[in-house]
Amino acid sequence: MVTYPVKGISPDMSFLEMLDVLNEDLLLRGDEPIAFDHDCREGICGMCSLYINGRAHGPERGTTTCQLHMRHFKDGDTITIEPWRAAAFPVHRDLVVDRSAMDRIQQAGGYISVNTGGVPDANTIPIPKTIADKAFDAATCIQCGACVAACKNASAMLFLSAKVSQLAMLPQGKVEAKTRVENMLAQHDAEGFGACSNIGACAAECPVGISLDNIAMLNREYISAKATSENVA
Amino acid sequence: MNWFTKTFSSTIGRKLVMSITGLFLCSFLVVHLIGNLQLFKDDGGLAFNVYSEFMGHNPIIRTMEIVLVLGFLFHIYDAFVLTRRNQSARPIGYANSHPEENSNWSSRNMGLLGTVILVFLIIHLYNFFWRARFGELSIDAGGNPDLYIVVKESFGLWWYVAIYVIAMIALAYHLIHGFQSAFQTLGLTHKKYTPFIKSFGYAFSVLVCLGFAAMPLYFFFFE
Repeated sequence: MVTYPVKGISPDMSFLEMLDVLNEDLLLRGDEPIAFDHDCREGICGMCSLYINGRAHGPERGTTTCQLHMRHFKDGDTITIEPWRAAAFPVHRDLVVDRSAMDRIQQAGGYISVNTGGVPDANTIPIPKTIADKAFDAATCIQCGACVAACKNASAMLFLSAKVSQLAMLPQGKVEAKTRVENMLAQHDAEGFGACSNIGACAAECPVGISLDNIAMLNREYISAKATSENVA
Repeated sequence: MNWFTKTFSSTIGRKLVMSITGLFLCSFLVVHLIGNLQLFKDDGGLAFNVYSEFMGHNPIIRTMEIVLVLGFLFHIYDAFVLTRRNQSARPIGYANSHPEENSNWSSRNMGLLGTVILVFLIIHLYNFFWRARFGELSIDAGGNPDLYIVVKESFGLWWYVAIYVIAMIALAYHLIHGFQSAFQTLGLTHKKYTPFIKSFGYAFSVLVCLGFAAMPLYFFFFE
């Protein structure tokens, strides 16, 4: 681990802007800047990461690193920054990790198959508001990987459960529900993520507040799929 | 591997085995506690010895004994496999980590607590089960093998009492997380029932372990 002094930080700066200031300083001195992931900086893309002072996305709950401000730290503090640590997230460089394992889980079944054609009329498939809201809550997962980073077992179960239950709750998703959950869990396990032990660290650190109820739903989906699917291989 | 072995070797499948065996072992604790409450009966252990003789020879109990051993073996084996898997899922740990900010200590240390309980179980089985089944016991006034006197002698030793109390504290913490966690793993969550399951699990864990811990303490201080 390397310690860098950073000067000229305003309390209104975001955590990533603080890193920008540090990198500018490093460039001016002819040093290599620190590599870190970022994109929208609005808390919606899921690109930023960072394990800050022992917490995924830093000390504030319900926020991404890009939305974390320097006013939550004291002047003169030493802040430790680490990349997400998981066998399934190999470190590319410095603080940048490869999170494509989550993409491969998504590709294993996190979609619905629809033939192209005319746009269907709105409200042809009735969905109760309560179900639509729950599915939407699950769909807010931004796939940042904080759940994996915070989990003692480096399990991606909260992410996987959000993707599975989002579709399992809706009529359009029910068609492929069984193969979806079987294939996505198989991919999750093949990527080397750990198992869930219901610790709850994932949900506590999730920047968008994905609930543990999704994991219970994932388990229900998996049990019923394994008991009744046509897949005997 | 066929679909069945694949299911039960997946991460969720192994957790299902953990939860089902765990709840089964909880039911064993209830039976074991209720039966052993006879130790508190002030009859020099006659009722307790009748009970232990019955438990050692009743065919239904003897069959359930095999199921119980299997329950323990599956619970321990899957715990071992899952722990190994979970450790290899994070080969490089964090230099600075504050898990206490987002989770309970007991939920993060189920393996440690389980190991303490396993060590206790081996001592406990060797001392009582082994001697009741294969050892030479004296005969009490009712004509039954006198296991009560073995219990009384064992619980007269301070270090033996200490082992029991420590193990029951570990068991209480193991159950506080394990009981409600089993329902979550089985997908049995609902806003109508989950709050009850959580409070019941907490009360169950504390009361059962208090009940067991009371036995060595009672003998040490009052007998």
